[in-house]
Amino acid sequence: MSDDLEPVEDFRRRARAWIQANLGPVQPWDLDQNCENDAEELKAVARDRALQRKLHDAGFAGLCFPKEYGGQGLTPAHHRAFCEELAGHEFPSRFAVPTFSPCASIILECGTAEQKARHLPAILRGDEVWSQLLSEPGGGSDVAGATTSAVRDPATGDWIINGSKVWTSRAWWADWGLILARTNWNVPKHQGLTVFMVPLQQPSIEIRRIERLNGESEACEEFFTDVRVPDSDRMSEIDGGWTVGQRWMYHERVGHNSPWVLRPVGLKQNESKEPTLVAVARRAGRLDDPAARELIGEGQALKIVTHELQRRLASAAASGAGNTDLSSIDRLFRGLAGVRQATIALELAGGQAAAWSEEEEADTGSQGMRYLMRQVTCIGGGTTEIARNVIAERVLGMPREPSGDKGVPFRDVPRGPSRKT
Amino acid sequence: MWHVLDSDQEMLRDMTARYLADNAALPQLRKLRHDPAGFAPGYWTAGAELGWTSLLVPEEHGGGSVSGRGAVDCALIAYEFGKAAAPGPLVDCNVVAAALADAGQGTAAAAEVLSGLLSGQAIAAVALGWAPWLRPDQAGVTVRRDGADYVLDGTVRPVESAGQAQWLLVTAHGAEGPSQALVPTGAPGLAITPLKGLDVTRRFSAVRFDGVRVPAAALLGEPGGARAQLARQIANAAVILAAESTGAMDAAFAMTVDWAFQRYTFGRALASYQALKHRFADMKSWLEASHAVADAAAEAVADRTPAAAEYASAAKSYIGDRGPELAQECVQLHGGIGVTYEHDLHFFLRRVTLDRLLYGTPADHRRLIAAIQIEQEQAA
Repeated sequence: MSDDLEPVEDFRRRARAWIQANLGPVQPWDLDQNCENDAEELKAVARDRALQRKLHDAGFAGLCFPKEYGGQGLTPAHHRAFCEELAGHEFPSRFAVPTFSPCASIILECGTAEQKARHLPAILRGDEVWSQLLSEPGGGSDVAGATTSAVRDPATGDWIINGSKVWTSRAWWADWGLILARTNWNVPKHQGLTVFMVPLQQPSIEIRRIERLNGESEACEEFFTDVRVPDSDRMSEIDGGWTVGQRWMYHERVGHNSPWVLRPVGLKQNESKEPTLVAVARRAGRLDDPAARELIGEGQALKIVTHELQRRLASAAASGAGNTDLSSIDRLFRGLAGVRQATIALELAGGQAAAWSEEEEADTGSQGMRYLMRQVTCIGGGTTEIARNVIAERVLGMPREPSGDKGVPFRDVPRGPSRKT
Repeated sequence: MWHVLDSDQEMLRDMTARYLADNAALPQLRKLRHDPAGFAPGYWTAGAELGWTSLLVPEEHGGGSVSGRGAVDCALIAYEFGKAAAPGPLVDCNVVAAALADAGQGTAAAAEVLSGLLSGQAIAAVALGWAPWLRPDQAGVTVRRDGADYVLDGTVRPVESAGQAQWLLVTAHGAEGPSQALVPTGAPGLAITPLKGLDVTRRFSAVRFDGVRVPAAALLGEPGGARAQLARQIANAAVILAAESTGAMDAAFAMTVDWAFQRYTFGRALASYQALKHRFADMKSWLEASHAVADAAAEAVADRTPAAAEYASAAKSYIGDRGPELAQECVQLHGGIGVTYEHDLHFFLRRVTLDRLLYGTPADHRRLIAAIQIEQEQAA
């Protein structure tokens, strides 16, 4: 840390003045990235690109990124101050995750000098939105078990990728993707992976939308058929991709709480478009019901605890009292807290959660539908079961689970009926 | 508790930890099981010299914190109390001392009480004859004006260390609203009946007011106007109880993790079973969350932020819920020995359960939070 950095509180005042003069109020499509329809979503994407450009031109993009890549070279404390001042304002929400974290964070940590120089300034300018191509239809949480293959073309030195990835958020309009692929089937699973960068909008990649039970379809599945990638877009050593993969996992767990991700923070910031529990209880006519009040209080307490836990873990990391595995505690807690909040909202809404009018949905959303999608908070970004394993094994030091793929050439690992030969 | 403390805070904490290790180790506490007070007078006055009762009291009233944030420093002591399941009326003595200092002492009697609390020579008990989570008609103690005096009637239970206390800070509800009075435990019409209780060393009584007459000068604050000061007292108590429970949770959890590595069944350590590992992971997340909210509540109350009451109730309700749940999980993971008197675990199960129940249950505090939320939405 250099001594001539702008003091955080000076920076905060400067940031506040700029934000108040240049950014409008927070928009519904910032809080919930799922838009009414695709046309609306593309409009929101264009708005986000313009906002990111605006931050860039004002010298506020990439606060913690090095200056040589278009960032500001500041500290996480500056970043935190900016995020706090951002509360209540519009921001380039579609750049947050996965563009800045994990993608840009990994490019910064693991990319070659050329790759960093090519992509980081472009991301900070709002020109590139990224996706992460990680999970596979046969994989789930076992991302190192990837079977999408990359084979080198001896004639050109290019890599030819075949296979499929799934649960890729918003790949249908993203520019680039970071992909984990298998380059060696004759070694144990972690030793035969390589990471590449691929432009997503090309004929050899078919992108399908996945419709969820509530009707939204932000997630995609991609099919790669002989996708050609130049060796200059390889981001790891050949077969050394898991080194990158481990950082990738870390940044994915940290998600929105990363110092690389710009987003408003603070309890005042309503982090979703979900109505407040008071609003739900009022609609149900239960504001004076002591049982309803207990639920409102429980939900608000949980919101405070979730926020403070995240702050504590961040301060542990900053003070050196904790390691990166502590982020799995936050991941587990947020998952379970989200589940409980959805259940509380359903309980407060009562019978009205079963059926509702258009106006009611516009006003306080659908607590019934929110409940049906409840487990998403415990699945997306690595399941809570995986987080529990990480906490038990790496935070508490308990013995690792036995696995069927340790030390076994990946070719010979049992992979069920879809096994590739 | 906080990851980073300044050196004065570390010294404060370490001196209490050492003192408790020397004077209140679990084998010593076992011997106090049938002691009527649960602690020796000398134990408490020595603790007072370490700062146990002075941290919430500003210097001009004879107290003083080490960091300038009394509630934070007090939470450090309370955390050590929890880790050791230590005896002594830490919560009530601090709550009353802070209340007297906040009220600016007023009478000479109040100044004398405060000075006694700071030195550890006097004990004060808190009798919540009414609390903010109750309706006025649910008050245990009522107050009415009679000439220049006020008359108290009703019963409060449980009241901690009432049998050892010289003074009671009683809250009662009357026609004008809630009032508070400082009453000597020897006042005519006041009866103290010891009760059996959950903790090995902390003692509780039922306190009955039968037409107890107090002069107007004994009131703390305005007649009928005690609502705000009472909320402040409850926030102070919630901070101390939350920190204490977190310390007790830490002790129970550490003991149970050790057990998971030592205990073998079917040729494997308990720590190798995924079904159990996942329960440990859940407990670890509750524990970290409890630390986080206990610390945040102490800071908010110390700094008197607008969210202080909400944070104190969030800590009290969350930890009041998860603390006993964690301790019961620890019992389950220990198996039968977890419910024996010989094992140490019960000290911490008792402590977190007791702390859950004092100064409002999780349900009571959730309703307080809801009232704040509803008020804020209506104001917005």
